[in-house]
Amino acid sequence: MRKRLIGVAAVAMVALMGVAQAQDKKTIGVSIPAADHGWTAGVVFHAERVAKKLMEEHPGLNVIVKTSPDPASQANAVQDLETQGIDALVILPSDPDPLVNAIKEVKDKGKFVALVDRAPSSNDNSVRDLYVAGNNPALGEVAGKYIAEKTPEAEVVIIRGLPIPIDQQRQDGFDKGIAGSKVKVLDRQFGNWNRDDAFKVMQDYLTKYPKIDVVWCQDDDMAVGVLQAIEQAKRTDIQYVVAGAGSKDMIKKVMDGDKMIPVDVLYPPAMVGTAMELTAAALIDQVPVSGNYILDATLITPENAKNFYFPDSPF
Amino acid sequence: MTETAAATAKARRSWKDVDLRAVAPFVALALLLVLGAFANPNFISVDNLLNVLTRSAFIAIIAVGATFVISAGGLDLSVGSMVAFVASLTILFMNSGAISDPTMTIVAAAVLAIAIGAACGLANGLITTVGRIEPFIATLGTMGIYRGLTTWLSQGGAITLRNPEVQSLYRPIYFGEIFGVPFPIYVIVITAAIGAFVLYRTRYGRHVVAVGSNEDVAHYSGIPVSRVRTLTYVIQGLCVAVACLIYIPRLGSTSATTGLMWELQAITAVVVGGTALRGGVGRIWGTVCGAFILEIVGNIMLLSNFVSEYLLGAIQGAIIIIAMLVQRSLVRKS
Repeated sequence: MRKRLIGVAAVAMVALMGVAQAQDKKTIGVSIPAADHGWTAGVVFHAERVAKKLMEEHPGLNVIVKTSPDPASQANAVQDLETQGIDALVILPSDPDPLVNAIKEVKDKGKFVALVDRAPSSNDNSVRDLYVAGNNPALGEVAGKYIAEKTPEAEVVIIRGLPIPIDQQRQDGFDKGIAGSKVKVLDRQFGNWNRDDAFKVMQDYLTKYPKIDVVWCQDDDMAVGVLQAIEQAKRTDIQYVVAGAGSKDMIKKVMDGDKMIPVDVLYPPAMVGTAMELTAAALIDQVPVSGNYILDATLITPENAKNFYFPDSPF
Repeated sequence: MTETAAATAKARRSWKDVDLRAVAPFVALALLLVLGAFANPNFISVDNLLNVLTRSAFIAIIAVGATFVISAGGLDLSVGSMVAFVASLTILFMNSGAISDPTMTIVAAAVLAIAIGAACGLANGLITTVGRIEPFIATLGTMGIYRGLTTWLSQGGAITLRNPEVQSLYRPIYFGEIFGVPFPIYVIVITAAIGAFVLYRTRYGRHVVAVGSNEDVAHYSGIPVSRVRTLTYVIQGLCVAVACLIYIPRLGSTSATTGLMWELQAITAVVVGGTALRGGVGRIWGTVCGAFILEIVGNIMLLSNFVSEYLLGAIQGAIIIIAMLVQRSLVRKS
């Protein structure tokens, strides 16, 4: 009974606010994790960049960007945004499952919810209207296919991230990408998505294997350590390194035609901007956008690199 | 207990067991070398061993400072964050182009790093002694502060050394060799030698150990306890700065995750090296050996083919405990 009452009240409120705001202003709340490493720093940069652009393009639109260091404070931030009166929420949850309830609360009030990158275990339309994400299995698969095509008999060493599901998806994707080719995986070890750890792992690979053709380290931060280790060992057998994400330093190397970094695989922090643009389209132009929007893990080559290059981004 | 009585008691005790205790970490190290040679024949190659010794430099140098702090009965959890903070500020200074000559830039940056390191250490020391806050909590606080400031400076991204001239001039500090031995290994030996001299041969060093073994007795013997303690944190800060100076040229950049968990590695190195966590005993050379042990364990795991990558952490933990048990049994037998 009480629930129904609250529901009725909420519907009434939404209707009232809808009437009040239909003509003048729409507000989009954006909740993202604080910048604690390269990729999230990129998320913050792109969220703020796109927020500014959207407000310039649509004078009636207000976009509020909030960053939070952990799931608990992000839940609070979502509540704060809601009390400020938002029409839509774009959220990249630092940890999706603990935040499901906070998101559902907004959704139950009839607001448009766009979820970015990290999906909770039950990712359906009771939680969100729109889901925008990169493609982790494809990130591995694209890298695997590229290696299988360019160097069909390569002996590859792999540096993994952390033992979490995303990393496993990337590994499985890679195995799918090289399936049927003669590419041989010599070793897989964890580098914790950390430059210094990747440096150590690479040094040890160089000691362990007298001949390595290709390194797949699936992350641009780790590639920094890998390149230093190779340079120090003065080894010439390594033909190239395949990283991933799309940091400005690695994309610059691709643009400049660096032999060691011929390509990069995209897993862009700018995807938060995709979600914001689509949300604005739904709010203002009333185009249907609900559903899943999975970005390709695009292979960045010297030809298309400039489309993904943001020299001002911290990442 | 008067000072002379304490001193003679100490001298007698040390004659009995100091040798074996000091030797024990090196025995553990030797056993690990044998194990490593079985795991992979490449392990024992000169190149690999030099690689491992070189990259243990950061932890070894930081741990020399930690030996002082821990011997005096303190603890410093902020060293990992401090590395990130000092290194970031140093890189920002070099990027600022305040001095046009690259050589002078590096010299000035080195002086600056050492000053910042000492200041960070002094802050830790004053908070624990003047502020009378438990070192665990005080340095847990500064750990958050230094890490947070680094994240803020880098906006969550990376701080990279931009000037190519400075870069090429600075690079040999990590990658360069003298008589075939990488430069950082000399830095470890020199830092440890200075540390050992101060801890074993100076009055200050004896005060550190006295304060660590019994604060009250030290106080009544007229030792300025607070000043001795504060200085140990300054020494720790100086060691962090030295570690930063050889860390920066390796990757030429820092990020918000630089030096994550290094404080625990440094403390482990100190304890594996035979220094008591409760204070009162300090073993500089044992600490350096402890740092080598930590790095070699990781290296052996990676080079061997029979350990699953998911089990690395478990096996590393087990090897450290076994190394400690070997040490203890050696000491008991004597």
